Amino acid sequence: MGILSQPIGVIAEWLRNLFLGWGLSEGLTTVLLYLIGAGVLATLVQVWVIFLIWFERKIIGRFQDRLGPNRVGPYGLLQPFADLIKIITKEVIIPRDADKAVYLLGPIIMDAGVLAIWAVIPLMPMVGMDVNVAALYTIAVGAFATLGILMAGWASNNKFALLSAFRTVAQMISYEVPTVLALLIPVMLAGTMSLQGIVEAQHVWYIVFAPLAFVIYFIASVAEVGRTPFDLLEAESEIVAGFHIEYSGMVFAIFYVGDFLHAFTIGALGAVLFLGGWRGPGAETFPLLGLLYLWIKAFLVYFLVVWARGSLPRVRIDQMMDFSWKFLTPLALILLVVAAVLDHFVMGFGMWGRALSHFAANVVIAVLTLRYLDHYDKVRESKRRMVAQPGQYPVARPPVPVETSTEAAS
Amino acid sequence: MTAMQIVFILTAVVTLFAALRVVTTPNMIHAALWLIVALFGVAVFYLLLSASFLAMAQIIVYIGAIAILMMFVIMLTRREMRDRGPQTGPQWKWAAILSALLFGGLVWMVKSVSLPASPVAEVPESSIADLGRALVSPNGFVIPFEVASVLLLAALIGAVYVAWTRRNS
Repeated sequence: MGILSQPIGVIAEWLRNLFLGWGLSEGLTTVLLYLIGAGVLATLVQVWVIFLIWFERKIIGRFQDRLGPNRVGPYGLLQPFADLIKIITKEVIIPRDADKAVYLLGPIIMDAGVLAIWAVIPLMPMVGMDVNVAALYTIAVGAFATLGILMAGWASNNKFALLSAFRTVAQMISYEVPTVLALLIPVMLAGTMSLQGIVEAQHVWYIVFAPLAFVIYFIASVAEVGRTPFDLLEAESEIVAGFHIEYSGMVFAIFYVGDFLHAFTIGALGAVLFLGGWRGPGAETFPLLGLLYLWIKAFLVYFLVVWARGSLPRVRIDQMMDFSWKFLTPLALILLVVAAVLDHFVMGFGMWGRALSHFAANVVIAVLTLRYLDHYDKVRESKRRMVAQPGQYPVARPPVPVETSTEAAS
Repeated sequence: MTAMQIVFILTAVVTLFAALRVVTTPNMIHAALWLIVALFGVAVFYLLLSASFLAMAQIIVYIGAIAILMMFVIMLTRREMRDRGPQTGPQWKWAAILSALLFGGLVWMVKSVSLPASPVAEVPESSIADLGRALVSPNGFVIPFEVASVLLLAALIGAVYVAWTRRNS
């Protein structure tokens, strides 16, 4: 067992022998190892956010035709560290009428809910908790992120924070439905809810099987994270800063870290579910290579999130709800039924045959959906009441002045 | 004492304390939060019994939906979040008698069952697939499953009907 073929296994074995050598019991050693593993993973992932912040600011800068941070360190790489030092030195202010315990617990629970997802993400072959309900688990712990925001919004004793908490609940409960439905498609194709099992079953990436499910999953998760165009929970022009309006110093920083980490986490989950996770050439023999592949794929999805943030305006709350309940949910239901029925018939076609027939079905559904949307748009347009709009004249058009004088002059 | 037993005792203490706080705290939101802790404790018990699917369903349904909805409703309906009224209703004596009777009955029932000292059978590893098959097989629970689905659908349609704003009427 070499360090290259089983990097985590070797370290764990060494630690286990060390603890057993100290005279600890077998059961206690196992618990200790799990605790150490969880601590190391949670710390590394949170430290990783420092880089994510730099990456996102840089990319957003480019989208807005700026350079982004470029003063501290090479390419501005040390900028997040400077921000970190600044935010640590800031005072944590707790409003007088705030509910102190709930106020301080809110950000911690939100961050913990995001971190808990990482427990089941298969980082490499044979690494990560192989839970047989992992897909469901990611949804279950996602509820804690909602809960944390709700607690923060209420405990701040601020009307804007409370409004933001209401919006959060409405948004997250609505978008949980399409997320779960889209998530069910890879689960169904792989025949298992274990994320490790889903990765192992992806001889052909599931984005070929179900491109539409990936799109739905992506949109719904962006809404769950509350990123632009769905950042109604912290809409600056409407409710100032939303649920974290009263937070400052490190307590605010926990929210900040949780938000960035959540965005990257949905990238990692999307990579695991649809882009083959750690799969890639040589990943089976050198698991660290698998980690690299997963990281690259997660970054691809994360880049899409940042791209959407850089280019789309915020949607209105009724548009957001309509989009989830009237479009994403029915479409996801149709996709689920079609995938289930189709998979029953094409099971024997071989790997690529199965993938391509699923892909063809997706293309047909996509074309039909677009046709329907076109038709719906036209029907709605014809029923629309005539109202004053820029560029349109609700009353008779004023006569266009006939430009004869200029012609005459020339 | 094994690590499993330590986890069990810790969870039991936390769950019971949280359940007690649900009925004793004067603040409604705090009661809802303590309820979430208690429900989470129950989910941990399911995990300790290797019923991982049930544990996840417990968290998604009870914490993710019901408890959050309760908090939402309390926030929307209560103007004053800190309730200063008396904490007992007019019929607290009857409630106390009933719960004492229920508790006594449960204790008697648990005591009268002779529990085996060792596990009767090994818990199968992939029990989710079996659970799924049992829910839809004619020999299993297909009828209760379908009845529950129809009930939920009826509730859903009812909610849409109640919330429907009628135009032109």
